[in-house]
Amino acid sequence: MSSSAAVVTLEHVSKRYGPPGSPEAVSDLSLEIPAGEICVLVGPSGCGKTTTMKMINRLIEPTSGRIAIDGEDVMALPAVELRRRIGYVIQQVGLFPHLTVAENVAVVPSLLRWPEARVRDRVEELLHLVRLEPATYRDRYPAALSGGERQRVGVARALAADPPLMLMDEPFGAVDPILRDRLQNELLRLQAVVRKTIVFVTHDVDEAIKMADRIAILGRGGILAQYDRPDAILAAPASEFVEHFVGADRGLKRLSLGRVRDLPLAQPITARTGESRADLRGRLEAAGAHYALLLDGDDRPIGWIGKRDLSRDGDVDADDATPGSPLLQPESTLRDALSTMLGSSVQLGVVVDEGERMIGVISVDAISDVIRAPAERPS
Amino acid sequence: MTSEEPFIRWDWIVANLDDIGERTWEHIVMTVIAVAVGFLLSFTLSLLIVRWRRLYAPVIGASGLLYSIPSLGLFALLIPLTGVTLLTAEIALVSYTLLILVRNIVAGFDGVPREVLEAARGMGYGPWQLLWRVQLPLALPTIVAGLRIATVTTVGLVAVTALIGQSNLGSLIIQRGIRASFPTAILVGAFGSVLLGVVADLGFLGLQRLLTPWARARSG
Repeated sequence: MSSSAAVVTLEHVSKRYGPPGSPEAVSDLSLEIPAGEICVLVGPSGCGKTTTMKMINRLIEPTSGRIAIDGEDVMALPAVELRRRIGYVIQQVGLFPHLTVAENVAVVPSLLRWPEARVRDRVEELLHLVRLEPATYRDRYPAALSGGERQRVGVARALAADPPLMLMDEPFGAVDPILRDRLQNELLRLQAVVRKTIVFVTHDVDEAIKMADRIAILGRGGILAQYDRPDAILAAPASEFVEHFVGADRGLKRLSLGRVRDLPLAQPITARTGESRADLRGRLEAAGAHYALLLDGDDRPIGWIGKRDLSRDGDVDADDATPGSPLLQPESTLRDALSTMLGSSVQLGVVVDEGERMIGVISVDAISDVIRAPAERPS
Repeated sequence: MTSEEPFIRWDWIVANLDDIGERTWEHIVMTVIAVAVGFLLSFTLSLLIVRWRRLYAPVIGASGLLYSIPSLGLFALLIPLTGVTLLTAEIALVSYTLLILVRNIVAGFDGVPREVLEAARGMGYGPWQLLWRVQLPLALPTIVAGLRIATVTTVGLVAVTALIGQSNLGSLIIQRGIRASFPTAILVGAFGSVLLGVVADLGFLGLQRLLTPWARARSG
């Protein structure tokens, strides 16, 4: 599969549906969407996000301004040809009920008059890509598919002619929350493979934060309120409108962007059974620490031992340790990590690898530092 | 008719099979002409309506008016213009199909889901490709339903044109049956006409199933 992706540029684009002087749906909008990124257009209803997206494939023509794909003005091509080069996914999917799954996926290649064998191969490849077994699904009609299967066929159809740009208009807006989450994850997994430029419209801030490389927040009248990476928007909303729109819990939302592995892990004083209690107490005092983490022979955490537990003579054993520290995986989101830690008796999370071996610890304080920190500026 | 004569003269039917066959054929030809011309006219009118919605009320109004004129009255109105001819008969028959067909064809196009049209436009279908490859196939079940009603109605009306000298199963009823007080001919003409209607209806039903396998996919 090719990995072509296009840069999309909007320069001073405006759209007015009524006569001159009437309010604008989109107002003097300038955006540059880098190749291979997911740009989410988000905002309250009536903010012109769908209008903006539809101006890119000319389902709606701008009143003024210029839109270019890889530098080429979209007005330079006949609209029909332009659209065949742009993938298009809508909320209700809009599969053709009278065509089979394979025929639906083959729509744009057929319009482009690809040879039959090439179309057939491409359909197989795409059905595999969206995880629909071709032998099972190829000859089914849309009426015989579940909502999630239809949405996957819709995505495969949009990818069929390998367009450098995909437009997705609230693609997961009509499915239940569990399925939505799964489809979002699938799209992210797919995007990691195909690396298209994707313009994605939603009214759901959480979806925007999850899906976006960049978010464009539009206000009423199609005015661009902020255009930045999700983390930067959450860390520093550009206006009261943005702050209000992303919600009072933006700190927590920011945490859902970060992973445990992104934080520097602290290394606790560790102990093993068999060490004398006096020695361990000495080590804790030398380090100025109050607790040590007891590990078993495979480096798996058993529990914490406090200085007071070491007043007796003899060797450290498992009974000295207090279990209860939450175990965290490096790929957990910081939001989930925080939630786990707040719910346990010991507010220090032990990060473990896939063999449950301790690789470090993080504190609630370390996570709350992330909420307060300014956004990272990727180069 | 004498009391000894049987109600149905099977021997007459056997002796006149050729004649009955010919009347049946004429009946079919008149029906096909009327439905085909009616369909072409209605399809064109429907496309214009889909394009310019304002035309819907006047077109439906005019074809509704035609539909409401009793067939004999319409023949009487047309004979001074076109004479006692096949043309007169067909003009009347065609006018009766318009209301049914235009309504169904427009309803068929209106029934194409909006999101399907939007997806098609967004993927780069031109207006004609949209019409032939998307709108028409999806409107087909409703259009065929209209054709079934129009055809069955026309089969019945063709018989009436025997009154203005057209030769078909209706002539068996009127000339050979009523005027000669011969019930066998009336029965043959009427039964033949009903049979044609049923066969045409089933034929269209079969055609629709063949052309729209997707419409039954819900059970699959």
